[in-house]
Amino acid sequence: MLITEKERELSRSPRKKQINHKLKSTVIGWSFISLAAIMICVFYFYPMIQALLLSFQSGTGANLEFVGIENYTRLFKDPTFLTALKNTVIYLIVQVPLMILLALILSVLLNNKNLKFKGFFRTAIFLPCVTSLVAYSVIFKYLFSQDGIINLMLMKIALISEPIQWLTDPFWAKITIIIAITWRWTGYNMIFYLSALQNVDESIYEAAKIDGASSLQQFFKITIPNLKPIILFTSITSTIGTLQLFDEVVNITQGGPGNATITISQYIYNLSFKYTPDFGYAATVSYIIVIMIIIFSIIQFKVAGDKK
Amino acid sequence: MKRKKTNQVIVYTMLIIATIVSIFPFIWMIVSATNKSVDVTKGRLLPGTHFVENIQNLLTSTELIPALINSAKISITTTILSLVIASLAGYGFEIYQSKSKDIVFNVLLLSMMIPFAALMVPLFKMFGSISQTFPLIGIDTLVAVILPTVTTAFLIFFFRQSTKMFPKDILEAGRIDGLTELGVFFRIYIPTMKTTYAAAAIITFMASWNNYLWPLVILQSPENQTIPLLVSNLGSSYSPDYGVIMTAIVIATLPVAAIFFLLQKHFVAGMMGSVK
Repeated sequence: MLITEKERELSRSPRKKQINHKLKSTVIGWSFISLAAIMICVFYFYPMIQALLLSFQSGTGANLEFVGIENYTRLFKDPTFLTALKNTVIYLIVQVPLMILLALILSVLLNNKNLKFKGFFRTAIFLPCVTSLVAYSVIFKYLFSQDGIINLMLMKIALISEPIQWLTDPFWAKITIIIAITWRWTGYNMIFYLSALQNVDESIYEAAKIDGASSLQQFFKITIPNLKPIILFTSITSTIGTLQLFDEVVNITQGGPGNATITISQYIYNLSFKYTPDFGYAATVSYIIVIMIIIFSIIQFKVAGDKK
Repeated sequence: MKRKKTNQVIVYTMLIIATIVSIFPFIWMIVSATNKSVDVTKGRLLPGTHFVENIQNLLTSTELIPALINSAKISITTTILSLVIASLAGYGFEIYQSKSKDIVFNVLLLSMMIPFAALMVPLFKMFGSISQTFPLIGIDTLVAVILPTVTTAFLIFFFRQSTKMFPKDILEAGRIDGLTELGVFFRIYIPTMKTTYAAAAIITFMASWNNYLWPLVILQSPENQTIPLLVSNLGSSYSPDYGVIMTAIVIATLPVAAIFFLLQKHFVAGMMGSVK
């Protein structure tokens, strides 16, 4: 069979066109993504690599020299770091479960079909999320100061005989921070549970009631298992948030009294911008938060995996 | 029946307590903004008549107006850029889906796990090193505040999730009508996705308006300070004027609160978008 040059050309060209089209589509697809990908590489991944390199260096300001793992061994002998680590873990294990439980209870109460003023209650409890972290921290600082309104009111109803040192006692200062964060975020988490509860079949509760299950049993045997995925989601986000706690502590107690309320984030800030700057050691401390986030996330994913 | 009634009483009591606890700091803030500092320390909980006086004091003693302008500049620019960058990417990942792009997507998502505290030192050094050559985007500029915060993996994720439900036939129809790929995006995708954009805009604007740590690190001169920095400075003063400080907080909270109440539904939709 004889195929002329022209015929060959003709048979090829649609294919060529197709390849061209495919290539064009790939190029266009990637260009849609490119800007975001470049920005994330420049402002997240590149700094993370820089931080890793920095964490093996030490010195003040720009005079850095390579010191190997000295920064990492220094961590274990650094009392301020250990205090900051301890405080952060305390906030985490006290505040996150407390807040999630509160948010769950409130969402169950609000999910009641016959409840009046539901919209009002929901908006009111969600309202704290509107405030900026700095603004509410300053408000809480004054509410809880020694001659603040909280102490005045508690003394008026004779619950306490002398003012509580909310900000200047190491124990109470931690409590104040925990109260503040719980106030700010409970409503936020509640909204997630409320919308998840709307997908739970009402008839399960009806059946449980007929079987004589108490409200408490319904809560633990129906509500919590049904909301498990969303509870996991909120606990992951709350955990990551608490590990990075900064604004509240700085503005309510400034980390004090002493270092009784200091967090890891605040310590990193102090190391870099408040004390004589030691960027290398600050980077080392910051990697501890990264490692903690990874560990906690793996734990959460393991728990979530169990469910499957 | 009786038991049901006591149950009801318990439910309402608990909700009313929760409401009071949630609202009380707001009431105290607003009431204090209308009172003199002396009355605030005495525990006065009734509205006063010193609001105008407090505002005047605030204007003379602080750089309130420049701070408001700085915060507005930063938040509006951040919101617009964030929406453009993230929606382009979310659209690209979903409409031009491929295996290699999915890998890139998952890598980008990893950035959500990076705490900002770990980024601030290298970022500060980065901006410090370009300060000499490019003073307009170096340390102590509004651009330096904006750049690291405009791209978040969360927002890309959010747009991709929302695009999943987008009717793709319309795009094809647009192409047949002769629109370019970018034309399809701007003329068809953006107008149809208005609610997604609204939700994303609120989340981004609020986060940017309230951002504290990064501006604290990168901004130095008083004329560049943002509202959270101003509030924080007022709050740490040794002889605080409570009336004036609460007035400042009321003003700082108003724009965000107004946006929130206007677009409450979109805000909740935005929150839920992170779970889907």
